[in-house]
Amino acid sequence: MRAGKKLTRVFRAMVGRSYPRIIGSNRDKSWLFYDTVLPLLGTVAFVYVYKALGAPERFIGYVIMGGATTAFWMNVMWSMAAQFYWEKQGGNLELYMMMPCGLTPILLGMSLGGLVATLLRAILIVSLGSLLFHVSYTLPQVPLFLLIFTITIIALYGLGVVFASLFLFWGREAWHTVNLFMEPVFLASGFYFPVRALGFWVGLGASIIPLTLGLDAMRQLLFAGMHPALLPVEVELAILGFVAILFILLARHLLQKMEYLARREGRLSLRF
Amino acid sequence: MWDESPEGMGELAVETKNLVRIYRRKRSSQDSQERQVIALDGVNVEIPYGELFGLLGPNGAGKTTLIKILVTLLLPTSGTARVAGLDVVQQAYQVRELISMVSGGEHSGYGLLTVREQLWMFSQFYGLPTRLALARIDELLKIVGLYEERNRRVSDLSTGMRQKMNLVRGLLSDPLVFFLDEPTVGLDVSAARDIRAYIKEWIREKPGRTILLTTHYMQEAEELCDRVAIIHKGRIIACDSPAALRRSAASGSYFLLTTERLSEDGWLKEVPGVRRVDIRVLDGRTEIRLQVAEDGVIAEVVRALADRERKIYSLTKVEPSLEDVFMQLVGRRMEEADEGR
Ligand SMILES: Nc1ncnc2c1ncn2[C@@H]1O[C@H](COP(=O)(O)OP(=O)(O)OP(=O)(O)O)[C@@H](O)[C@H]1O
Ligand SMILES: [Mg+2]
Repeated sequence: MRAGKKLTRVFRAMVGRSYPRIIGSNRDKSWLFYDTVLPLLGTVAFVYVYKALGAPERFIGYVIMGGATTAFWMNVMWSMAAQFYWEKQGGNLELYMMMPCGLTPILLGMSLGGLVATLLRAILIVSLGSLLFHVSYTLPQVPLFLLIFTITIIALYGLGVVFASLFLFWGREAWHTVNLFMEPVFLASGFYFPVRALGFWVGLGASIIPLTLGLDAMRQLLFAGMHPALLPVEVELAILGFVAILFILLARHLLQKMEYLARREGRLSLRF
Repeated sequence: MWDESPEGMGELAVETKNLVRIYRRKRSSQDSQERQVIALDGVNVEIPYGELFGLLGPNGAGKTTLIKILVTLLLPTSGTARVAGLDVVQQAYQVRELISMVSGGEHSGYGLLTVREQLWMFSQFYGLPTRLALARIDELLKIVGLYEERNRRVSDLSTGMRQKMNLVRGLLSDPLVFFLDEPTVGLDVSAARDIRAYIKEWIREKPGRTILLTTHYMQEAEELCDRVAIIHKGRIIACDSPAALRRSAASGSYFLLTTERLSEDGWLKEVPGVRRVDIRVLDGRTEIRLQVAEDGVIAEVVRALADRERKIYSLTKVEPSLEDVFMQLVGRRMEEADEGR
């Protein structure tokens, strides 16, 4: 098959697999509550805490951004990471492994679908939150902002695939364990406050979650000069890029391992 | 999608040589000892293009294992397998371009999609342009009688409908070699009939199309397949056309006899000329399937029953079936040969 034809197929496979994700959120309207109202409630709580403490106005902006980011985090941890497990249960994973286009475009499509669906939620959260609390943003460096956002998302979904493979290998218990362990890390990521507030080293440690640095960098741009940054934007961007590549390579390695394991052992989990 | 003539891709659609597959399994999570399961034990099959080939065997015989190796989902422990002349280990990606597989009871896809959407999604994995894909989907849905349900959610389908949809999914890419793992398992009679009818039609439509189908239904193998291989404990113990297989088993005559319930039946085997006795008890009656050396022997059996004052409800001479072939080869009925029994 010619390269052009193959590329078209990769693209079509991606769009194909993203479809159920995107359409799914339209068909089952419960997400409006779970993915928008719930994160917004948490956000609102923080807003009032900050107001009561007499925190500067920009903190409200922080919190709303944090709320939007939570949506991405939830999507990656709850939908992406658990996804392989469900795909395996239904027999999809096996079918996908047999597809001539290979697993990668299908996974990309899965991420793309999740991203599109979540982007919608994030926009909704930001608009609603800003409307409720009259927050206005000034964004002088749009391209840089978008670059940071994109790299953050790539790294985040890479991490999602890594977790998805790990959970497949080690089973559902591993998923619960990691989630338990993730909760404090999630908080330490500074979703609702500048991560610097936790101290430099804790902040740096939490940077393994790509959202930490991504958020910090984006906040630096949004609240220029007022934000207690962890590191300069350029450095954060460089680290993010590195983390993104790391996760993608790791994800690729795990996928190959998964396919090999499935073909050699006739099963997908590492446990017996 | 295959443009080249099948002749350009080797002589045989499927060819395996001494195929062996051993699974390693731990007995429990604490147990360090491994147990080996020999699922395939030196399997040789040759399937020419255009053939509808059946693999018949009890549970655990190794049917699914063989299919999984051929569709590149499983590596053989030793031996080789080729599909369309391509090695399933070394040339897995090329093999995948030419095949597809549908399993019975498969729950693939996403329940929230409609039938048409789900099939479209799968068509995209083969890179089909949307317009062509939808035309093909509609056409296939009409043929299997699912067109009316095209906008129903996948989660709302009955088992039979779901299996028809899976069949369409398998055919979207116009495979050269189509693998069907128990395609009618658990289906009602009419859905199973529809699926069989379409399978037969599909293979005749275009020269070169080949099907490997597994089943543990004797009648299905007999009705559908050009050739049948009987597999038992990972070995192929017979392989021929259904008629030839039946002939090979048919030494003597076969009779089906229903009588009043027999409390004791050991004596039946002692009647001179009786070769094999196979007894089932059905609500108070006893159904006896007899293989006898020649027709005359049945008179002796009837007399012996009369001596014991047992009523005879019916007596029919029957053709030997694949069941008889299996009995002849394995010494047990196929359902009794299921793993774990
Ligand atoms: N992944 C696996 N790990 C360990 N053993 C396996 C695995 N898959 C199958 N087996 C064993 O290999 C043997 C053959 O199984 P296989 O599924 O190929 O049989 P089958 O003929 O398809 O049976 P069925 O009619 O029940 O589908 C059985 O003993 C089964 O228990
Ligand atoms: Mg099977």
